[in-house]
Amino acid sequence: MNRRDAISRVGLILGGTVIGAELFMSGCKSGSTVNTDDLFAKETTAFLNEVGETILPETSTPGAKAANVGGFMAIMVRDCYTADDQKVFKKGLSQLDEASNKKFKKSFMEADAKQRTELLTDLDKEAKEYSTKKKPEDPNHYFSMIKQLTLLGYFTSEVGATKALRYLPVPGKYIGDYPYKKGDRAWALS
Amino acid sequence: MSTNTYDAIVIGSGISGGWAAKELTEKGLKTIMLERGKNIEHIKDYVNANKPSWEFEHRGGRTQKMIEDYPVLKRDYPLNEVNLDYWTNEKESPYTEIKRFDWFRGYHVGGRSLMWGRQSYRWHDTDFEANLKDGIGTDWPIRYKDLHDWYGYAERFAGISGNKDGVPILPDGDFMPPMDMNIVEKDIQKRYKEFYKDARHFIIGRTANITVPHNNRTNCQYRNKCWLGCPFGAYFSTQSATLPAAMATGNLTVRPWSIVTRILYDKDTKKAKGVEIMDAETNKTYEYYAKVVFVNASALNSAWVLMNSATDVWEGGLGSSSGQLGHNLMDHHLGVGAGGRVEGFEDKYTFGRRANGIYIPRYRNLNGEKRDYIRGFGYQGGGSRSGWSRDIAEMNIGGDFKDALSEPGSWGFGMGGFGETLPYHENRAYLDKTKKDKWGLPILAIDAECKDNERKMRIDMMNDAKEMLENAGVKDVKTYTSEPVLGRGIHEMGTARMGRDPKSSVLNGNNQVWDAKNVFVTDGAAMTSAACQNPSLTYMALTARAADFAVKELKKGNI
Repeated sequence: MNRRDAISRVGLILGGTVIGAELFMSGCKSGSTVNTDDLFAKETTAFLNEVGETILPETSTPGAKAANVGGFMAIMVRDCYTADDQKVFKKGLSQLDEASNKKFKKSFMEADAKQRTELLTDLDKEAKEYSTKKKPEDPNHYFSMIKQLTLLGYFTSEVGATKALRYLPVPGKYIGDYPYKKGDRAWALS
Repeated sequence: MSTNTYDAIVIGSGISGGWAAKELTEKGLKTIMLERGKNIEHIKDYVNANKPSWEFEHRGGRTQKMIEDYPVLKRDYPLNEVNLDYWTNEKESPYTEIKRFDWFRGYHVGGRSLMWGRQSYRWHDTDFEANLKDGIGTDWPIRYKDLHDWYGYAERFAGISGNKDGVPILPDGDFMPPMDMNIVEKDIQKRYKEFYKDARHFIIGRTANITVPHNNRTNCQYRNKCWLGCPFGAYFSTQSATLPAAMATGNLTVRPWSIVTRILYDKDTKKAKGVEIMDAETNKTYEYYAKVVFVNASALNSAWVLMNSATDVWEGGLGSSSGQLGHNLMDHHLGVGAGGRVEGFEDKYTFGRRANGIYIPRYRNLNGEKRDYIRGFGYQGGGSRSGWSRDIAEMNIGGDFKDALSEPGSWGFGMGGFGETLPYHENRAYLDKTKKDKWGLPILAIDAECKDNERKMRIDMMNDAKEMLENAGVKDVKTYTSEPVLGRGIHEMGTARMGRDPKSSVLNGNNQVWDAKNVFVTDGAAMTSAACQNPSLTYMALTARAADFAVKELKKGNI
């Protein structure tokens, strides 16, 4: 995001929460280090991919699993999150499973697609309610993190940018009055 | 003639240094351009310019490691994964902040000409006369007529796209065809014009991106990736424009890794005889000699070089006899504006990513108006449809959510102000002799802040933005503001100002150091006031004018 985009964007995002945007502007101090190796375990990647796929499932275009958002989340949490956020994220993975056990007597991976959707819909509501009430110094909700990373990871991935969105690396010209009809996909940003 | 002897030395290779090198070499002077950082070769070294988002491990974001390594850069948008190499290593080159000052630097061939915002506006006599009328700082020794032709000269070579809008306060230039406004911006412009008539103007930005092929450079391809370096050479930078022109003369030598530690001043001739450099890779020192020295290290570092020079004659360094060297540090204050929702136009979208926006030139304190502050501000902004990062309140997760985010959202419009800061004598930079950089050289301490005039102006900047957008039909307009911080505008100016009197200025009306007539400073340091327009075009014009003068004086034997 260059300066001109940053200037317009601050004005544009005032209307509502922008999911994922704060990742690019956060400047928190990193605290003690948290071991994130376990986020790279095969089972964790599979788990996060299924969570991601439930948030952004395959429709007429590929879903989040096809973009390996599970692997992406592990990298982002390891490199970009503060120690506090890392702890919340790691703990959140078991909290998500606990919520599933409580609701369906099944782990998230054992639950079927419908149950997964139901569970994450509840968690999304919970996270949204929490976020509207939380003070800046309160911890983030783990599901907000998962959802943000899923969206960021998916729409900037090759499948997301080229299949879900329209990818055009060298437009060659600018048309400020370009026809649009419902169903046309958005442009990928780069 | 020794191998270290040239006709001219240029210190720095950014926007003004590149111009100095081009002008001096084209006029036949054997010139060496000294750059403190590494070389960046046009196209070849723009290593990220063609990468898609998924080839960046963090998709362009910032890691905790980057945040730790760049305690200053992290404060605003520049800290990112895609062009990190273009920003100065803060651990190697620290500075002392007496008060917070966001100094965003680029130490490499091309300097910040590689990352600049490219907005290019002429100044007006209102700007050149402002200090005199307000009784502030010192009077500019030049007026618009002195720069008029040089502005045109700079525009024609750099390639500035823009529209001849006929705005009295913002003179039209020699433009390439303008970029287009999008359908929503045109609609806002129409309503804006209906409301404000000719009192205020809403125009397409004037930008140093070429819209038609020019000097072997390809016209803008609308990728909006300028700050990675453009493989098409479509925006003005040292690499795309001035450096190839200077190299073509056969008169230019570029020496990267060359930190100029001082200008060598000759007491007897009262002129510079050359410069001393430290090789940044070997820490060895060398001397280079020339008849004329152009100082273009960017405002703060140009002052730093002068402060370290001729200290046996003047304790405060070359140019300090005026008591003004390092003082009057200015910038533009920003981080205030408004944005909102635009209804309709659901059947319209844009094609291409335009590296430009709209501009609202200054309108305050003109034509007899008197606010509770002096000077004024302009705005930059733009309209667009939102993308996947928007929130959709009524949706949570799932296929419909994904498909909805895969389509563009509604239109919005946002803009932010750029305000003039005044030249306060006490806003200054000076040598902090208690600390050293990686090369054992003294560092700068910066002690500057926004004051009452800027703070009062910001109230208008915020409220006017809301009022104007509402008057132009934008809905749910919300304002934002922030604590004004100097440096954040990345328009440092004033530390070796021009003036009419050696007692109150460092430079004369031809950018000559009063105390050493063969030393010229033509970057932001020379600015006597800040106006509110983006300043680089004015540096280009000042540099070309000063180089022309310098060569004429050389030929006359005056320097």
